[in-house]
Amino acid sequence: MSDTHAQTVPFVRDTMLPAASPPDRQSGAIRWLRENLFSGPVNTVLTILGALIIWFLVATFWDWFAHSVWNASSLSECREIIAATWGEGARGACFAVIRERWNQYVFGFYPPELYWRPTMTFGLLMVALAPVLFGASLTIRRVVLGITAIVTLAAMMWLGVPAGWLAFTAVVLAFGFLASERNIAWLLPFSIVYPLLGVWFLWGGTLWGPIFVLAGPVLGWLAWRLLGSRAPMLGVVVAALVTILFWLFLAGDAATDAQGLVPLAIEPVRSDRFGGFLLSLTIGVAGIALSLPLGIVLALARRSDMFLIKSLAVMFIEFIRGVPLIALLFVASLLLNYFLPPGTSFDIILRVIIMVTIFAAAYMAEVIRGGLAALPKGQYEAADALGLDYWKAQRLIVLPQALKISIPGIVSTFIGMFKDTTLVTFVGLYDPLKSMSDAVRANIAWKGIYWEPFIFVGAIFFLICFGMSRYSMYLERRLQRDHR
Amino acid sequence: MMMTDVSVPANPPFRLSMLIHDRRYRSLTFQVIVFILVMALFWWLINNTLQNLALLGKSFDFGFLFQRAGYDIPQTPIPYTADDTHLRAAVVGLLNTLIVAVLGCISATVLGVIVGVARLSKNWLFARLMTVFVEIFRNMPLLLWILIIYAIFTEILPPPNAYRGEDPAWSMILFDNVALTNRYTSIPTLGMTNDPGSLDLGARITFNWATIAFIVVLVGGWFARRAIRNHAQSVQDRTGERPTTWWKTLAVMVLPSLFLIWYFGLHLEPPSLQGFNFSGGLNVSNGLVALWLALTLYTAAFIAEIVRAGILAVSRGQSEAAFALGLRPNRTMSLVILPQALRVIIPPLISQYLNLTKNSSLAIAVGYMDLRGTLGGTTLNQTGRELEAIVLMMLTYLALSLIISAGMNVFNASVKLKER
Repeated sequence: MSDTHAQTVPFVRDTMLPAASPPDRQSGAIRWLRENLFSGPVNTVLTILGALIIWFLVATFWDWFAHSVWNASSLSECREIIAATWGEGARGACFAVIRERWNQYVFGFYPPELYWRPTMTFGLLMVALAPVLFGASLTIRRVVLGITAIVTLAAMMWLGVPAGWLAFTAVVLAFGFLASERNIAWLLPFSIVYPLLGVWFLWGGTLWGPIFVLAGPVLGWLAWRLLGSRAPMLGVVVAALVTILFWLFLAGDAATDAQGLVPLAIEPVRSDRFGGFLLSLTIGVAGIALSLPLGIVLALARRSDMFLIKSLAVMFIEFIRGVPLIALLFVASLLLNYFLPPGTSFDIILRVIIMVTIFAAAYMAEVIRGGLAALPKGQYEAADALGLDYWKAQRLIVLPQALKISIPGIVSTFIGMFKDTTLVTFVGLYDPLKSMSDAVRANIAWKGIYWEPFIFVGAIFFLICFGMSRYSMYLERRLQRDHR
Repeated sequence: MMMTDVSVPANPPFRLSMLIHDRRYRSLTFQVIVFILVMALFWWLINNTLQNLALLGKSFDFGFLFQRAGYDIPQTPIPYTADDTHLRAAVVGLLNTLIVAVLGCISATVLGVIVGVARLSKNWLFARLMTVFVEIFRNMPLLLWILIIYAIFTEILPPPNAYRGEDPAWSMILFDNVALTNRYTSIPTLGMTNDPGSLDLGARITFNWATIAFIVVLVGGWFARRAIRNHAQSVQDRTGERPTTWWKTLAVMVLPSLFLIWYFGLHLEPPSLQGFNFSGGLNVSNGLVALWLALTLYTAAFIAEIVRAGILAVSRGQSEAAFALGLRPNRTMSLVILPQALRVIIPPLISQYLNLTKNSSLAIAVGYMDLRGTLGGTTLNQTGRELEAIVLMMLTYLALSLIISAGMNVFNASVKLKER
């Protein structure tokens, strides 16, 4: 058998053929092009359309960007430089306005010799935020704190900071690094005190003000500790009363007296000196920090079993969501004086922050309500079965999960609020987008410059907002607990 | 028996401390306290307001609405002169708000759906381009877009006289129908050779009979279409054969309108340059055009994301199952994917429409006289009645929002999953 077989088959391959490479049209760049750009008539048309759009944009704007001038003192000088370099009739961008008016765009009308104060405030903000935002990853903390330290200290030195304050900043940053390496929770007390410190750094005045504002809750806490073991409900009520009464009747006078005894003050800066990105960031950061807790409270109130609480929350949320932010800002600037006792008036930036906060909080409440509703009922029932009371159940079981679900919505509310800080221009504050650019144009040197300031301010807003949305994606991934 | 042996403990007698410690009463106590606090807050606010008003020598009444307004509004959907009342000015403002809101909602939806679907396209280049569009418009303030587009109109476009002469520097676009100038955009008006006259509604508000005829015909056509579809459905249920309906539907939807166009002699009357300005057409203020374009682009970016998320939310198995049942691709889209995607899309779409309506108050940046510009702007400044004007303005916006969201919720209920 085998003999005949050997005769009829003259050749038997005993090794495998190497795999043949696919045809040229099925591999490499050509395949990619065929699959992704030219897979059918519709796709081909779309590709050509897309290429046309890109070509149109490049053809329209390229020479304008390529001929940018970064160093000039007026628009006419820019035009002369462009005409001299690129020939008569050439057009070009004049980004020199950004370079010349940089300080105005960043700090508004803040006293130039005090520019280091906002710089320090926002540098230390990153330290205060580290345990909250970057608590999980040591590498990210190192990068963020490192960049913050270098940028802040260098900028402060360049802006001419007094040596004492430079040392103070360096010490806080060094402590931030130490805590970041050892135990990030060490930074939490700093994070709690930071809002008051930040307000003091920015507006100046006496340090005793923030100290006595902080003393209110401390006294309240002491009262609660004294009463708490015997009558918990009464303890909370008394603590709240002590705090509020202290703030209303004692704190102001005490701060004045203490300032008289031990002067601890830095130069005050009035609110109308704020402007540019300093104003946007101040309102934005304050609004973000305040609207999240308020939004959580409103969302819980809206889902409460208590009829009155629920109706009040519904009315508040729907009212705020039903009116434009501009109307609320007009309330802040025109009507608040009607609603307060005759003769009182308080800071316009504070009023705007309050309005922006309640506006964002109403949206936040709806986002968080969605998260609460999306949570399976079993979670609530499990919390009840464990015998947790309402607040413990919310704090330990419900809210951590509900907030995690609502992260995308929460962050887009933040982004929306930060973009809306530009609307403060309509109540007379100097936002970077409209008022500040109008102020720049009001000068004869920069009269008629439109596109460069818009592009600059837009780019900064884009960076911050895009960064926030990327951070929310990172957070979602980090907090993911299921295995999918 | 056993059951009777189980005795229910009698309710303990009511003690005052139970108001705090008993969960049955605690919520009641809490609500009473909150009610008292809220009432006290309102009393405090109202009391302060009354005191302040008394100090300023003002009163709280809406009589100013019936005084002579004394200011002009550039664009008036209903007849209005400076001699009219503040109330009429406010109504004109409200109508202007509605015009930009409705136009913006329509165009933003169209653009948003196109971009959202294009982002899911298999075409690498086009999908990337659309992603860039969405990210750029979502991450920059709306005010920036309004200002940029308005600046393009006022700074780059020519004055009307650039269109003059034998060889003008600029020429009209869209087949010589639209002229873009730095003060207004001139668009053609609709002219009729056989004008049927107008219906007078009183208060100098008139409706052309032709408009009414078109509305009647369109609504009638819609009902006729529904009747045809129901009939086709009942025939299909009875016999299993679905009669062809598309030409009937097309006929009832289109033919009556075509007849009306012929009967009234409807045609476009393009603007033409007379002296220094365009006339004959409708000169739309650039404020409106810039606001509309900016609202469209900005909201379209958000709607695109909503549409994309909605389509992605329909699982692949659904379309595979539809194909397995032998449905053609377009039937799969209309019967299986869209109904499920719409369920996800509609609720956030409603809030985008609401946002657009509220954002139209940014008209302040381009000088377009919307509700905020008339009632909350010139009227407020002229009469000095901040309290009344702003309260009225906020209530109007609130009512508008509630009406839109109520209307859209009805629509939402019709596409919602019908559960037992």
